[in-house]
Order: sequence, then C-alpha cells, then structure tokens
Amino acid sequence: MIVGLVFLAVIVGSVLFHIFTPWYWTDIASNWGAMDDTITLTFWVGGGVFVAVCLFMCYCIFKFSYKEGRKAEYKPEDKKLEKILTWATTLGVAALLAPGLIIWNQYVNVPKNAIHIDVMAWQWGWQYRLPGKDGKLGTTKVVNINDENPFGINLDDPYGKDDILVQSDVINLQNNKPVKILLRSVDVLHNWYVPQFRSKMDAVPGTVTFYWFEPNKVGEYEVLCAEYCGVGHYAMRGGVIVQDDQDYSNWESEQETFQEYIAKQNLLNEEKKLAKK
Amino acid sequence: MSDDYNDNKIIQAQSSEVMGGSAGVNPDMDYVRPSELPEQDLYHGHTFLTKWVFCQDAKVIGVQYFLTAVFTGVVGLILSWLMRLQLGFPGLAGFMTAEHYYQFVTMHGMIMVVYFLTALFLGGFGNYLIPLMVGARDMVFPYVNMLSFWMFFVAVAVLMASFFVPGGPTGSGWTLYPPQAILEGTPGSGAGILLMLISLSLFVIGFTMGGLNYLITILQARTRGMTLMRMPLTIWGIFTATVLAMLAFPALLVSSIMMTLDKVLGTSFFMPTILKAGEVLEYGGGSPILFQHLFWFFGHPEVYIVALPAFGIVSDLISVHARKNIFGYRMMVWAIVGIGALSFFVWAHHMYVSGMNPWFGFFFASTTLIIAVPTAMKVYNWILTLWRGNIRINTVMLWCLGFIVTFVNGGITGIFLGNVTVDVPLSDTYFVVAHFHMVMGIAPLMVIMGAVYHWFPLVSGRLLSEKLGKWHFWLTFLGAYSIYFPMHYLGFIGVPRRYFEMYDSPYMTSAVGMNEFISLAAFIVGAAQFILIFNVIKTLKNGKKAGKNPWQANSLEWHTSTVPPEHGNFGDRLPVVHRWAYDYSVPGAKEDYIPQTTPPSEVAHTEVEKT
Repeated sequence: MIVGLVFLAVIVGSVLFHIFTPWYWTDIASNWGAMDDTITLTFWVGGGVFVAVCLFMCYCIFKFSYKEGRKAEYKPEDKKLEKILTWATTLGVAALLAPGLIIWNQYVNVPKNAIHIDVMAWQWGWQYRLPGKDGKLGTTKVVNINDENPFGINLDDPYGKDDILVQSDVINLQNNKPVKILLRSVDVLHNWYVPQFRSKMDAVPGTVTFYWFEPNKVGEYEVLCAEYCGVGHYAMRGGVIVQDDQDYSNWESEQETFQEYIAKQNLLNEEKKLAKK
Repeated sequence: MSDDYNDNKIIQAQSSEVMGGSAGVNPDMDYVRPSELPEQDLYHGHTFLTKWVFCQDAKVIGVQYFLTAVFTGVVGLILSWLMRLQLGFPGLAGFMTAEHYYQFVTMHGMIMVVYFLTALFLGGFGNYLIPLMVGARDMVFPYVNMLSFWMFFVAVAVLMASFFVPGGPTGSGWTLYPPQAILEGTPGSGAGILLMLISLSLFVIGFTMGGLNYLITILQARTRGMTLMRMPLTIWGIFTATVLAMLAFPALLVSSIMMTLDKVLGTSFFMPTILKAGEVLEYGGGSPILFQHLFWFFGHPEVYIVALPAFGIVSDLISVHARKNIFGYRMMVWAIVGIGALSFFVWAHHMYVSGMNPWFGFFFASTTLIIAVPTAMKVYNWILTLWRGNIRINTVMLWCLGFIVTFVNGGITGIFLGNVTVDVPLSDTYFVVAHFHMVMGIAPLMVIMGAVYHWFPLVSGRLLSEKLGKWHFWLTFLGAYSIYFPMHYLGFIGVPRRYFEMYDSPYMTSAVGMNEFISLAAFIVGAAQFILIFNVIKTLKNGKKAGKNPWQANSLEWHTSTVPPEHGNFGDRLPVVHRWAYDYSVPGAKEDYIPQTTPPSEVAHTEVEKT
C-alpha cells in the first residue's frame, strides 16, 4: 500500500513540478517558435503516456499485491490487445514525427534572401565576416591565415576584397532579417549557440557547415560554444547584438573591409620599415 | 580426469526417460528429442590458481567480471561526486581545475558505459546465467572464456594506469572526438588518450572472445527440449545484445586504431588541415565527421547492448515476482530482436547538429522514432504482466517498478531528442545529460540491483537482507529521480553540458539552487550504494539460508543439483526441458509454478498451454 502511494506521489510530483517549475525556456528571440511548439506537443503526448503507464502500474500495485492463496491470471497472449497497442503507438509516434520532419525541412532550406555570415572559430574564440556590397563572401583557406590575412581569404578571389571583417567575438545582426550562419573552424569542433535563437550547428575543421534563423527581438545575447573543444570550452563565449535597421546600418558602415584592412597593414609595415631605417 | 560425463550415461538417461512415463499416461507425451552431441569435457581446477584465478568455470568468471566491473563502477561513482562538487559548489574543492574536471567527466562516462555496464551485463550476468539458464554444463570454450576475463582485466588496468601518467587521463569527453582528443588544448592528449585507445582495443578483443562463447553456447549447447522459443527472456536479451556487440565493437576497434595512428604516426584519417598557435600542423585531408560516424555506429548499438540484457532480466524478474507468465512472450522476443536490428540504423541521431549533410536528418529521425514502437510494446507487456498478477512487493520487485518509472521517463525524453527538430535546441544541453542518465544509467542500474537481490541466493546460498534492501532501493530510486528529473529543465533554460563553470551567465543564475540540490542528492545516492556492499558482507557472514529455489522460479538455474551450483552445474544428468519458463499460476496446478523440467504427464490435468 505504502509502496503504491510513494510511486503515486512520484508521478503526481513530476506533473506538479512541470506545471509550477520556475525553470523553463529562456524567452525565444528568433523565428523558431515552431520548435518550441513541437516540444510542447511532445510533452503532452509523451507526458500523457508516461503518466498513463505509471498510474496503471500504481493501480496494479494497489489491486494485485500478493495475497496468500490467490492465483494470478494465466493468459500467455492477447493478440487483439497487442495489436491495438501496437497501432495506437505507431499512430502516436507518427503524429510526433510529422511536425518534426516538416520543421526540419524548413531548417535545412535556407531562405534566398538570407544574409551570409562567416563565423570563424578557434581554440578559444570567435570572429565574423560579412559579405560586402557585392553580397558574396570570398572563399577562404586555412593555410592563408596570418597576421595580414586573419580570415585566410583567397587573395585572388574578387568577391573577397569588399568583405567586412569583424575581429571581435561580438557580432551585430539586423532585426527581422534572416541570416545564414556559415561555420568554419581552424582547429577542432565548435558550435555557435545562442539559447534564445534555439538553433545550433557544429563548426567542423576542413569543411563549412551552416544553419539559419531570423532574429526577431532587439537586444544583446550571449553566444556559448556548444561542442566540447578542449579545456577552454566553458570560457569560449561571444555575443550577438540584434539591432533595428538604422542602428545596424550605422554599425555596418563603421566596419572595416578586407581591402581597407590590407591597406592599413601595408601602411603599418612601411612605417615600421621607416622606423627601422 | 576431465571426462566425467561419458556417452553411455546420456544414452541410458534418454532411454530411461522415454520408458519412464507413469501408468495410464501416454509415454510419448514426454518425449524429447535426444541430443545429437556427446557432453562436453570440463577441466576441473584443483589448485587455488586454477580454481579461483585462472578459472575456466563460467560462474567464477562471471563473478570475476562482476567484481571487476563493480570496482570500475565505484571509481566512476567517485568521479561523479567530484564533478557534482564542482557543479553544485564551484570553487569549494581547491584542487579542481578545468583540466581535472574534464578528465573526470571523460573517465566517468567511459567507465560507466563500457567498463561498468557492458562488462557487468554481458561479462557478469552473461557468464553466470547463460550456461545455467540454457541447461549447459559450461560455456562451449571455457579456456577462451577465461582469457576473455583476463583481457578485460588488463584493459581495466591500462585504463586505470592512465590516471598516473604524465598529463593524466584523457579529458576529451567520453566520445573522444578528434581533432581535439589528440591535440594539445585537451587535457591528457599525450599518454592519456593513447592508454584510453589501447585499453578500448584490449576490451574489444577480450569481449570478442567472451561474446563468441555466449553466442555459440546459446545456439549450440542448449539442453534437450530447450528450443529457442522456450528460452527465458534474459537469455534472449543477452543473446541479441551480444550479436549487436559483435557487429558494433569492430567499429570502435578500427576507429581506436585509426586515431592511434593519427596520434603516433601522423596519419590523417580524422585530421583535416589544422592551424594551431599560428602554425599549420602536418595533417590534412582527414574527416572528423568520419570518426563520429564510426563512433556512433558502435555507440548507438552500445546503448542497446546495455539495454537489451536489462529488458530481458527485468522481464524475468517481473514474471517470477508477480507470479504470472510474462505477457506476450513472443512479442517480447521479436521486440528484442527488432530493436536490435533497428539499432544499427539510427546512429546518426547523435549527429543531427554535427555538420553532416542535414538531409540525413529525415532518415535518422524516422528510424529512431520507429524504434519507439517495439520499445513501447515491451513497456506495455511489463505492466500487463503486473496486471491481474499476484505481486510480491519485495526488494526485487521494487527495483523492477523503479525501472519501469525511470525507463519510461527516459524513453519519452528519447522521443524528444530523436525527433530531429526537437533535438536542435536541446542537443548539447543538460536535457541530453538527464535523458541518457535516466534511460541508460539509472534504468539499467535498477535492473542490475534487482538482479543482484534476485540471484544472490543462487550465487551464495543466502538471502540478502530485505530491510537493508528496501533502504537501498528507496534512497537510490527517490534520490536518482530527484537528480535527473529536474535536470531536464536545465536543458530547457539552455544550459550547455560539459561546462566547467558558468560564470554569471543569465541562463545559469536562476539554476544555482537547483544545481546545489542535484549535487546533494548525488552525494546521498552514491553513498546509498554502500548499503549494498554492507548488506552483501553481512549476509555472507550470517544471512538467512536460501535453500533451493527460494523464489519458486521455473527457469533451470534454480533447479541445479546443489545450491550454489558446483562446476558442471547439473550433477550427473542434464535437465530435460518440457516448457517455457513462465508457467506461473496455471489453473489446476498444485503449486503456482511449474518448472521447465516438469514433464507434461505430471501436469496433464492442468490447463497449461503448450509452449
């Protein structure tokens, strides 16, 4: 009896915890509200099954605990019941899978008007590159990376010259404009993750990966590395500032292009040479 | 000296049985096909060394596996305490650097999954139970079986040695993802990772020797009448898990060897062009994602290598202690086999956000959710076995009930993570940590504990204390549930896993109290496990004598000539099986159980179904 009551308390406690928990989603700030909805749906269906199974178990404890002399039922199989349960489960699972796949389809198909952003990761930091006026990012190579070319842009790529370099772990984004995050890493796996945006993807050295989202709330957010990348993993933070159109274009116009960066470096080098003489 | 059981004896035994039908009953009724092979010759050890150390008796090997695995489990437990100390009370332990933290995380994970759970279920329970439950005198290759354990022992020794090498054990996370696993920047990227890879390779080699034994024993050495569809589900679970292991572990072995080569010889299987501290390393062209595919091709079946024996064992425990046949035995068998087969087609659900081609997500989400169907059927059948049963609420049953609650909870959260879209926000957060601890940490642990209380009387001849057992159960179950149930909500907040410290991130400040609570609960649950050790020592000293078949069970292991069974298991005549292991509470039968060895003529008047 007490055993049944304790198990019942565990189940009721779980439900109450879920209802009254102060710990739940960090407020969403992107277009992926559908992910939250799918989770809520899964919670209802899955939680319902969990509660039903456990309550049935408690019922069995109350009702069928050992009594001397009573005999259990002897019925090796019940084909009909098993069939019903199989089909009901299959239907439930399909109902959960369908929305999952539909939203995944949106996740892997990036809108055409999305702004491409190169997110470059290393142990342990981030920096960003935006396409310039031509709207296209220049191609890159790890071996090109040096002080004069911190992003490793291929110098003979015409698209690269006007790229905007953001040598900071904080990036600004335009509110309500979809962005395609192009991830690359020069050393190990990383993952550019902002909990409020819900989306994430690993950065893998040797290849470029991507995902997209549309920020829809002006504000500042913390970027966390979500793929273990060595001893500095927990400290590999960055930031995102989502701005209105005007603020954003002000910020964008203050940034340096690759061409400007090269010119500046050349100037510095010449000054150094002069100083040596 | 070893030839105790000669062919003549078998033939005599067969003829006496065929003739032995009681008067008035058709003697053909009890006929069981004679065995086609002569009995196995066994090597009986006589010295201390051959009897207890390099022993060839599967039961002793099982206990050796069990104790070694438990030792690694205690190490893993202590590491988890240290981790929880840091997470709940950062800075309290002065020695805890980020390096140490990651090393403890890594070793805890690898130890618990491979060296504790896998070795315990297959090496421990597999060795002890397979020959006894299928009615064999021993494993078919006892010498190889002995080597299997000692290979495992060496693998554990190598693993533990990595704590003492310069740089310490590897801190690359239990998934050992390259490139970081073998690059500076990850603790233990020198000797630590090498010893880990060597230890894993040794484990696989040792396990292959054991696994071949389990498979061939189950397929070839079952006693007369023990058809496949009469085997206890424990054996079905262990059998299918071993098949999975035979197919999955090679992927781990090759990836270990390839990474060793990358580390030692500078090959580039998993290593692309890498820029480190301003210099381009001498690697190029390799794929880090290839490793992930290989690792999870092993890693996902590995989940079921742990889960399927647990499914099998818990089915038997529930049936015995509910005094009722397992509901839908054939469905249970096919569910085990089906889950096993499907488990090879779901591995990349660990990699939805790994950067593999995102179109794979559709396939792997579908296969993953399909696997939920046979798994759900098993859950239904467990609770339907309780239904209209005559349930003994003893310690064994408590662990089974605890298993059902934790397994269903962890299974449901698996549907969250398997459904690709839902996985995106939750992957790499504490939701994942909570999910897999609930479903493949706590749930199988509940089964292990239930199995220990159930079979201890067979191994030792004495019953463990019920009173201590109940304390052990309630502290463990309620404690573990209050660790992992709230932990899911940390994942909703967005708290990422494998963070040594959160600083004052807005995500984390709201959860400080919960982290402290979880850590305190973890300390209590860990400490509660020592109740079992105390219980075992106390029982061995002066526990209640169990006698034969204390649970009134049907399966063969309880019907040996002596308790505990001696080498050779069944005295001079092997048992003959006439039925499945689940004839409990048969209407018309005198007792509420009919052992597998009872011939039909003895229960002709009952309503027993032919199995």
